[in-house]
Amino acid sequence: MLVGIPSVVYGLWGVLVLVPLVRDVLAPLADRTLGQHLPLFAAQNASGYSVLAGGAVLAVMVFPLIVSVVDEVLRAVPREMREALLSLGATRWETAKCVVRRRGLPGIVAAVVLGFSRAFGETLAVLMVVGNVPRIPGSLFDPAYPLPALIANNYGEMMSVPLYESALMGAALLLLLVVLAFNIVARLVILRLGKGAAA
Amino acid sequence: MKRITRRKLEQAVFVWLMRLSVAAAAAILGLILWTITARGLPALSWEMLTQPPKGGFYLGGGGGILNAIAGSLALAVGATALAALAAVPLVFYLHVYAGRSRMGDWLRLALDVMWGIPSIVYGAFGFALMVMLGLRASLLAGIITLAFVVVPIIARTFDEVVVLAPRELKAATFAMGATRMEYMGVLLRQTLPGLVTALLLAFGRGIGDAASVLFTAGYTDAMPSGLLRPVASLPLAIFFQLATPFPEVQARAYASALVLTVIILLISVLAQWSLTRLGRHVIR
Repeated sequence: MLVGIPSVVYGLWGVLVLVPLVRDVLAPLADRTLGQHLPLFAAQNASGYSVLAGGAVLAVMVFPLIVSVVDEVLRAVPREMREALLSLGATRWETAKCVVRRRGLPGIVAAVVLGFSRAFGETLAVLMVVGNVPRIPGSLFDPAYPLPALIANNYGEMMSVPLYESALMGAALLLLLVVLAFNIVARLVILRLGKGAAA
Repeated sequence: MKRITRRKLEQAVFVWLMRLSVAAAAAILGLILWTITARGLPALSWEMLTQPPKGGFYLGGGGGILNAIAGSLALAVGATALAALAAVPLVFYLHVYAGRSRMGDWLRLALDVMWGIPSIVYGAFGFALMVMLGLRASLLAGIITLAFVVVPIIARTFDEVVVLAPRELKAATFAMGATRMEYMGVLLRQTLPGLVTALLLAFGRGIGDAASVLFTAGYTDAMPSGLLRPVASLPLAIFFQLATPFPEVQARAYASALVLTVIILLISVLAQWSLTRLGRHVIR
């Protein structure tokens, strides 16, 4: 069910729940404890619109995708393998552990890669919670400016400035290349696994 | 400690960890639905559902989001129809004419990869296409772009169903002297529920997708009035309403999100229902 919910709704949920949570609870807490020593956790005047909130929204969005791909991968594991292990006296957990380690691991990695590329290209949900400040974020609680958000925010103005369109298309190209590369590799791994199961 | 006790303990620990993660997933789904409902329901009114925005809507004025609801439906229906026009013959060709070929494997890989391309890239591509064709931001441009987004969804989902069609069906049809063309009709009858599910899935994705229609369909407060005029869409309506500093307007964004979520949930229920209802003629 989580897969079908549109990304704007996730974004809205992020604005309503995650951003205040980060601003009021997590940021002061992290600043007091870890922020004194590690710049990664520094959070002065955190608005809540941050890398952390964006990441959390993406995590919620991506995990159903990962679940369904891993499900598909584990279903390709031959049943005999499970039966053989059980007949050797393994507990159910040990069976799961061995099956996952031997047969499922590449598939699980592929699923995570697919999830990563989905998160990489997600636009609106991130755009709503990440803050959109064009500066390299130094801490988890700083705002950031991801690629898809950059494209979405600047598209309207690009006709008025020369080279602007090319720059944005360049951003789109970079995005496309990264996502394509990840997707092709992950899909090939999954395809390979499926064939192995059939043979 | 005895070894068997240790092994059983390990199992118990991990089973509980797994249960915990299932509970976390369910809790998050519940939290999202609850938040949207709790914040959206108070702002939802009949006026919102049945009227386009009036003057000063984004300052807290009267009116509703009918323009966005109608626009989103038009976009999603148009895109699904257009994409089905391309995807359905493709799948039939794969199964009836191409058989188990190398090309089929490559095509499936390509479709899977297309499925993963972010919709903002489709949006940028659609915009470039629009400029090339001399189109303005319009319903038509939005439909075309959205169709690109949903083609892989329809094709791959439908493909998965057609694969499951029994081989005897093909043998029996050809044994009666039918041509491949006629076999397609038989196959369609067998896989109809799957096709409907694929279309509904694509429709759901289409209605919720915002990034691809952002530049191509435009946005307007008027009702959709023609293929070459800009249209509003629900996700963008939510986005714009949330961007205003007025709490009343933001509350409307929550209500719009509730409307969108309800539409999507209705679609998934409908998909389930169509699977059983249309399955009467299916040979199992």
